[in-house]
Amino acid sequence: MAEFIAWVLVLAIAAYACAGGTDYGAGFWDLLAGGAERGKRPRWLIDHAMAPVWEVNNVWLVFVLVIMWTGFPTMFQAVFSALWLPLALAAVGLVLRGAGFALRKPTRRLARRRIYGAMFAVSSLVTPFFLGAVLGGIASGRVKVGTTAAADAWANGTSVLAGLLAIAATAFLGAVFLCSDALRFGAHDLVDYFRVRALIAFGAVVVLALIALPVTRDDARYVWDGLTGGLGLLLIILAAVCGLATVLLLLRRSHGWTRYTSVASVALTVGAWGCAQRPYALPTSLTVAEAAGAAHTLRWLMIVTAIAIVLVGPALVLLYRLDTMGELEELTDADTGAVRAAGDDL
Amino acid sequence: MFSTAVLLANTPDQLLPARELMAFTLASHILLVPFGVALPFITLLMHHRGLRRNDPVALLLARRWSAVMAVQFAIGIITGTVLSFEFGLLWPGMMGRWGDVFGLGFGVEAWAFFLEAVLIAIYLYGWRRLKPWTHFWLAVPLPPAALMGAFGIIAANSWMNTPQGFSLDARGRPIDVDVRQAIFTPIFGPEYWHFVVAMLLTAAYVVAGVYAVGWLRGRRDRYHRLGFTVPFTVAAILTPVQFMLGDSAARAVFHKQPIKFAATEIVWKTDTHVPEYMFGRLNSDGTISGGLKIPQLDSILAGFKPSTQVTGLTSVPAADRPTAVQATIAHWAFDIMVTIGSLLILLALWYAWSWWRHRDNPRGRWFYRCAAISGVACLVTVECGWITTEVGRQPWIVYHRMRVSEAVTSTDASGIWTMLGIVMAVYVLVFGAFLAVVLKMRTRWRIADEGSAAARAELPPEDDTPYGPRSEPEPAAAAVAPDGGSGHTSGGAS
Repeated sequence: MAEFIAWVLVLAIAAYACAGGTDYGAGFWDLLAGGAERGKRPRWLIDHAMAPVWEVNNVWLVFVLVIMWTGFPTMFQAVFSALWLPLALAAVGLVLRGAGFALRKPTRRLARRRIYGAMFAVSSLVTPFFLGAVLGGIASGRVKVGTTAAADAWANGTSVLAGLLAIAATAFLGAVFLCSDALRFGAHDLVDYFRVRALIAFGAVVVLALIALPVTRDDARYVWDGLTGGLGLLLIILAAVCGLATVLLLLRRSHGWTRYTSVASVALTVGAWGCAQRPYALPTSLTVAEAAGAAHTLRWLMIVTAIAIVLVGPALVLLYRLDTMGELEELTDADTGAVRAAGDDL
Repeated sequence: MFSTAVLLANTPDQLLPARELMAFTLASHILLVPFGVALPFITLLMHHRGLRRNDPVALLLARRWSAVMAVQFAIGIITGTVLSFEFGLLWPGMMGRWGDVFGLGFGVEAWAFFLEAVLIAIYLYGWRRLKPWTHFWLAVPLPPAALMGAFGIIAANSWMNTPQGFSLDARGRPIDVDVRQAIFTPIFGPEYWHFVVAMLLTAAYVVAGVYAVGWLRGRRDRYHRLGFTVPFTVAAILTPVQFMLGDSAARAVFHKQPIKFAATEIVWKTDTHVPEYMFGRLNSDGTISGGLKIPQLDSILAGFKPSTQVTGLTSVPAADRPTAVQATIAHWAFDIMVTIGSLLILLALWYAWSWWRHRDNPRGRWFYRCAAISGVACLVTVECGWITTEVGRQPWIVYHRMRVSEAVTSTDASGIWTMLGIVMAVYVLVFGAFLAVVLKMRTRWRIADEGSAAARAELPPEDDTPYGPRSEPEPAAAAVAPDGGSGHTSGGAS
């Protein structure tokens, strides 16, 4: 049972990495889009692509936390005690990011939109870095039950590389999705713009992964072994195949499947990490079975999850379907009858 | 004196900042909750009216409310996510020990919230392209999803107030968890219904209050009338219901959390024929300064007769009960909540009487003045209700099972103080910006309604928005942003 819930947790993390990751990636490209003029078109696309789905994508994180404290309370306590600072910074990043994005849309003055935009873009970089660093800290075995908050738990090679990899992966996902979105919204000039960026981001992922190989070999030995052998290696290879397939499709400009292959590569990587860590929740000090909460609760957690999938699944499919069919559109001033007021820049 | 010293010695440094941080973030988040839970319901009422009677004014109102909802919901999601981080960052002791006992409520909430986020996205972004009735029906599950989310959160909170559904092993750790018992705790029912109605009531009074202000400023058109009447009717119907629910919630506290009840009513010694104090301050020696004393009333309210025995604070050791200051805070919060609630009943009766006699809203300015501040007053009661239940539970984070000081993180106090400073600065900015955006929207709508139709006609409808409809090719697709800072790319805007 605990094993099963642990897989649900890994799936939720994978879902957040893919859904939330795409949004972080969009924020990353928003940051690099250049000044107000040069970046206008990419930002327009990013806004339109993210707007209907970013709130939903964000909720996966809440779900990850809830499964953690309900299913594995000991592990939750250990992680939040040992990795206090990166988690606190990630939380602050989440506030700034969401607020920046949400407030930028209805704001009319250019100066203010610049501030909100900068808030959104910078925290899109900071948040995944710290969340990645947290995963790195856990994978390196530095978090044990009773570890107090210390910089060592997250300021180390493995954590930093995991954080950078998280940024690169989100940038990759974001660019791939924006590529398809540009096509969908008929902004053909932006297709190539994001195609190049997707390829660069993939290159960054590969380079970082290659650097990570020797650096983490001794630092995170247990997970390293898991990722370079057995089922973990198989999943990593599959992830690499999916990533390469994405690149090939991008090069051939056939964008139909790129979103699926890029998501698959990230999800498979998360899955490989889950495999590599088995049977530990916190590598080499706390197994999943030891960390698990009461059996009765786990059973109910599973029931609640099953009911929720039945309820939420169709709604989620509907949302993504309506979104990709272009049926979702923001209300405009024409709909709410607003007029331009003095001082509006736009 | 001795007990105070013991209390201080057992208090870790980081407890105060952790408490302040939690209190600040919760107090901020809770202001948005009424709108997350109830604004969709009120908007759908208006939407339905607009569709059924083919009423463009009602539809316009519904659209505008949903535009506000969009910004509000986003900010609510963000502050809510921060809270779930803070459970781990500030109270790892509680989550580590009790997470598997009471965490499932949060699980229900997370999924319900997920559903709500999906549905709200479809609703907010479905206005333009979905068929009108399809669009409406897709949003109908929103209010039930919101109620489900509230169910999860209140289940968790009521468990902290009346924990059950487990037994303890030799080391004092919970075993034999029974989830159903842990969710449906004794205080759950009264707390849940009191909360849900409070959310509906508050959102309705706030929305109505906005149009009451418009009415006072002389905007007496059908738009303002409708915008006022629909939410105010909802609120007026619910106000007496809420009064009954509040009363039963207080009595449930009397039975299930007698010390909390003693704190909210500042009862020092266990006794019968206990007087009721309106406001007043409890001193640490048990005397009460100030306040209005009504003989016997507390016993009568608690058990319907003067001979009802009310448990006093001194029935437990000083370390196991709220301090005099905490009791006074809970007492004031409770009294403010009850006072405002009573005044709102009068307002609701005024409204009902006017409809009964004249089939119309009251006409006096004073009615609209009261209605205008009722929304703010309701937000105050929401804060007060939350302060009553949280401060009244002190020093326990899990009533009689775990102290707040046992649950707190071991992180250095200075780190949490810094975090508190950052969070306060960020929240002030975010909430300030949120308010500014909403007020700006209102101004733009008002200017539009006040007949600058000529001015509006000059602007092609989509061009005065930064983000036009997405499926049509962007007009500026070819010309990559050639304009200056103040211009607009869209062709024909200027």
